[in-house]
Amino acid sequence: MPAELDEIVDLFAASPKGMRLELLLDYANRLPPLPDELASDRDRLEQVHECQTPFFVAAETNGDGVVLHFDAPPEAPTTRGYASVLAAGLSGAPAEEILAVPNDFYVSMGLGELISPLRLRGMGAILGTIKRLVVEDIEAAGDG
Amino acid sequence: MSTEWLAEHLDDPNVVVAESDEDVLLYDTGHIPGAVKMDWHADLNDPVARDYVDGEGFAEMMSARGITPDTTIVFYGDNFNWWAAYALWVCSLFGHEDLRLLDGGRQKWVAEGRPMTTDAHGREPSHYPVLPRDDESIRAFKEDVLAHIGAKGRLVDVRSPGEYSGELTHMPDYPQEGALRGGHVPGAQNVPWKTAANDDGTFRDADELAEIYREGLGLADDEETIAYCRIGERSSHTWFVLRHLLGMENVRNYDGSWVEWGNAVRVPIERPDQPIRPPLD
Repeated sequence: MPAELDEIVDLFAASPKGMRLELLLDYANRLPPLPDELASDRDRLEQVHECQTPFFVAAETNGDGVVLHFDAPPEAPTTRGYASVLAAGLSGAPAEEILAVPNDFYVSMGLGELISPLRLRGMGAILGTIKRLVVEDIEAAGDG
Repeated sequence: MSTEWLAEHLDDPNVVVAESDEDVLLYDTGHIPGAVKMDWHADLNDPVARDYVDGEGFAEMMSARGITPDTTIVFYGDNFNWWAAYALWVCSLFGHEDLRLLDGGRQKWVAEGRPMTTDAHGREPSHYPVLPRDDESIRAFKEDVLAHIGAKGRLVDVRSPGEYSGELTHMPDYPQEGALRGGHVPGAQNVPWKTAANDDGTFRDADELAEIYREGLGLADDEETIAYCRIGERSSHTWFVLRHLLGMENVRNYDGSWVEWGNAVRVPIERPDQPIRPPLD
């Protein structure tokens, strides 16, 4: 698992229960907006259908690392928080490290008491979509 | 309650505004000034069992928000007030007297450009008494629904048509909240919850609602009626319509709903063009 993501998981786990949602909101507020080239070329974005709000992700391999971008509306701060955690924890990491992230990595963040388990799985769904896009990118590169 | 009414009563010390949302962080991004947060998962559900908080838990939750039994609580939230209606219904289980919904919810309040803040509500804690939870008058369990089928009672399935027919075993866009079997409780009539709402999040007017539920479905005041959906939040919306906007006294919400029924062993299920399985006695 990339060290950055590991650190974020530890940060959540080490925070008092009452602070964890605040921390997630901080992340939500820090989610970078889509770069212009993606905002004007939305075909490069993949919708994560498991999320209840319109939520899009782009994962593109660039040299040694995978570049991640996300788009979620302001009225879905929890989804934005998940995206921001993954952006901070995974962006720039090599493809094989991203593919090796356990699908349930978020369980140890300690959000289970605060967010219903069904909603929490949205985080896994986003990671699953990122992994699928990374695999598709690798396969496409192999074909080329 | 209209948004105008609430705007005029924001400083009324006996009125507490409570926000209940689908998104657990939405309140923290900004809320109606003075509003408290009441989260359906963290505040209203039991942390272990699939059930609601008990009398002690409820008293603690209400006290922390400075609410007393004579407080008027006005609920609002995202998603057409689903969770606001759900929170109102849960508070009704404890017999809290004066409970209201903000017509149009968060959507309308924001659309009208009314004030929002991230400031803390600043309410002093109160001493809310420990009250018994009444699980009989407005709540139905699986066994009640089975008995209700036998008695040919009225059942309203408020899910989408695809969920009702059994084509989908989850709600569109909510695939993680599925059930092993699709279909509906035998005899249930399908009126998706949103039928009761206008696009701006407000409820339809009383005449339109009467036409949908009284004339359309044939629901009557003296008949026992049970509403259900998937986990009980959309049916709380319909329960509010039937109980409070149409004044029907004998309406219960089956909060176990399809996530329980569609996963339970050997309960009867109906699907279009198929005999009910297992057959009813």
